[in-house]
Amino acid sequence: MNTSTTLQGPAKAPSEARHAAAPRCRPAWRAPLVVLALGALACALLPEQLGLMTRIFIAALFVLSLDLVVGVAGLATLGHAAVFGTGAYAAGIFALKVMPDPLAGLAIGIGAGGLLALASGAFLLRYQGFTFLMLTVAVAQIVLSLAQKARDWTGGDDGLSGFTVGPLLGHFAFDLEGRVAAFYALAVLVLMHYVARRLVDSPFGLAVRGIHENRARMAALGTPVYRRLLAMYAAAGAIAGAAGALSAQTNAIVGLDSLSFALSAEALVMLILGGAGRLSGALVGAVVFTLLHHTAASINPYHWLFVVGFMLMAVVLVSPAKAWGWLRRRVGAAS
Amino acid sequence: MTVLFNIAVDGLAYGMVLFVIAVGLSLTLGLMRFVNLSHCAFAMVGGYCAAFLVRQAQWNFWLAVPAAIIATAALGAVLEMLVLRHLYRRKELDQVLFTIGLSFFLIAATNALAGPQVQLIPLPPGLAGSVDLGFRTLPAQRLLVIGAGLAVAAGAAWIVARTRFGVWLRAAVDHSGTASSLGIPIRVVQCASFAAGAALAGFGGILGAELMPLEPYYALKYLVLVLVVVAVGGMGSIAGSLAAAVVLGVIETASKYLASDWGSLFFFLAMAALLAWRPDGLLKR
Repeated sequence: MNTSTTLQGPAKAPSEARHAAAPRCRPAWRAPLVVLALGALACALLPEQLGLMTRIFIAALFVLSLDLVVGVAGLATLGHAAVFGTGAYAAGIFALKVMPDPLAGLAIGIGAGGLLALASGAFLLRYQGFTFLMLTVAVAQIVLSLAQKARDWTGGDDGLSGFTVGPLLGHFAFDLEGRVAAFYALAVLVLMHYVARRLVDSPFGLAVRGIHENRARMAALGTPVYRRLLAMYAAAGAIAGAAGALSAQTNAIVGLDSLSFALSAEALVMLILGGAGRLSGALVGAVVFTLLHHTAASINPYHWLFVVGFMLMAVVLVSPAKAWGWLRRRVGAAS
Repeated sequence: MTVLFNIAVDGLAYGMVLFVIAVGLSLTLGLMRFVNLSHCAFAMVGGYCAAFLVRQAQWNFWLAVPAAIIATAALGAVLEMLVLRHLYRRKELDQVLFTIGLSFFLIAATNALAGPQVQLIPLPPGLAGSVDLGFRTLPAQRLLVIGAGLAVAAGAAWIVARTRFGVWLRAAVDHSGTASSLGIPIRVVQCASFAAGAALAGFGGILGAELMPLEPYYALKYLVLVLVVVAVGGMGSIAGSLAAAVVLGVIETASKYLASDWGSLFFFLAMAALLAWRPDGLLKR
């Protein structure tokens, strides 16, 4: 697993090296604060690209949640879109049938994502490795088929639309420029990033990391492996549900593609691109991937496949961790 | 009754196509421990080559099919020699990402070369007609598919279990260092098995062109189906793959005939149930 310790340059003062080897001591609020500052700056500098910004924030939140499952808990999944789409549909249906308040919808999305992850995780986590991977695909496809079938609730292939989202906190109505949507998504991303950081650095998070690194030894130490993994899976599901709810509320439509295999695979690509297991890597990957997608796909969707195909092969042949390390040494040597 | 019979025949044919494509992946995954998600792209390449040779170059069907299979095998061998062999010792995730990237690249290349429309492989007159079995008439193409699937199953099982090459392959997988010091040409064995897997995929792509239409997104569209067959059958198990492919093929065909508005729900429910029951493969306890 790529923790920050493996990335430090070799020339370090002994005290600093010991500091790096100890469990993470950085305050949990620092990285989310940086994200908040960068996000707000980007929104202020590019006011005509707020829609793209919102997409990036939502993708970042989704990949963040995937990082909890893949990078931290070490459970390779190709079905994470199931929780995202469930959160999106739950928030959309709630806005349509119950009330239009966005924060209540967000809570419903979080709850739906967490519940689905809890229920499916209780079944999935009994299996490991390739079987687990394929079962996550199966769960996502089953949810997709059910959403397709339940036309009365989800709109089937036409997508769920026609719901309105009320003003945020009763004051800030969602405007056409997407300013409120962008800042709303950014706020939720920053908050969830903080929560995820705290979760990963907590004793619970360390236990999950331990299970990732050596399941048998953690079991021998008395850690309830299954329960820890299930709790992490449900927490990640809740965050993915939040991302889904955000996507439903800011786009005012939920399509079947929010449950698709392609979305799960894309999120995994974003995660690996940025580096798994560090949370910040998830955000970097989401930003780079969404920006590339935006520029390449606007030219020709098939050209986009060329770009992403090359990118994937390059990432494997020249791993990002190595490239970052090389860059760091270069920059360090220059300064 | 007719419906049931049609389901059985179509399901069996569909299962055989799935099996022929999946068996190569099952062998590379189970024996060589290499996760090759570009396997369906090889099937697509095989199908496109056959379509091109028959339609554009006006070759005879019976000549074009072996040529297309050989072309796919050659592509597999070249890729294996150039890049893929460096990935054998890498983590699974690296293999997954690289081969998915390769699939994306092949999809984009296919679209650039042949366009986004569906490609058809025209059948020779002997196959386009139907065969009278005495009690029923069946499309000759379906019979060919079922026969070819059984032949591939028998041939692959025989090669892996009985021949010198199969012994070499299993030895190279179990302990490549020892196998190498005993004089087994490991590189040749690995390259040949990978090329054989690619060739089988290409053959499956040609066989299944009627059931699984050839288009650029073929490589991703059917990847999940093939992976499901491999997972349910158990990695590296030829008989398991065959059983899984037939069971799942019949279930998918039956749900298309009887409950088409449910999509692939029953297919994936069956997969989840089978995997939960036998996580290591249908025929392994």
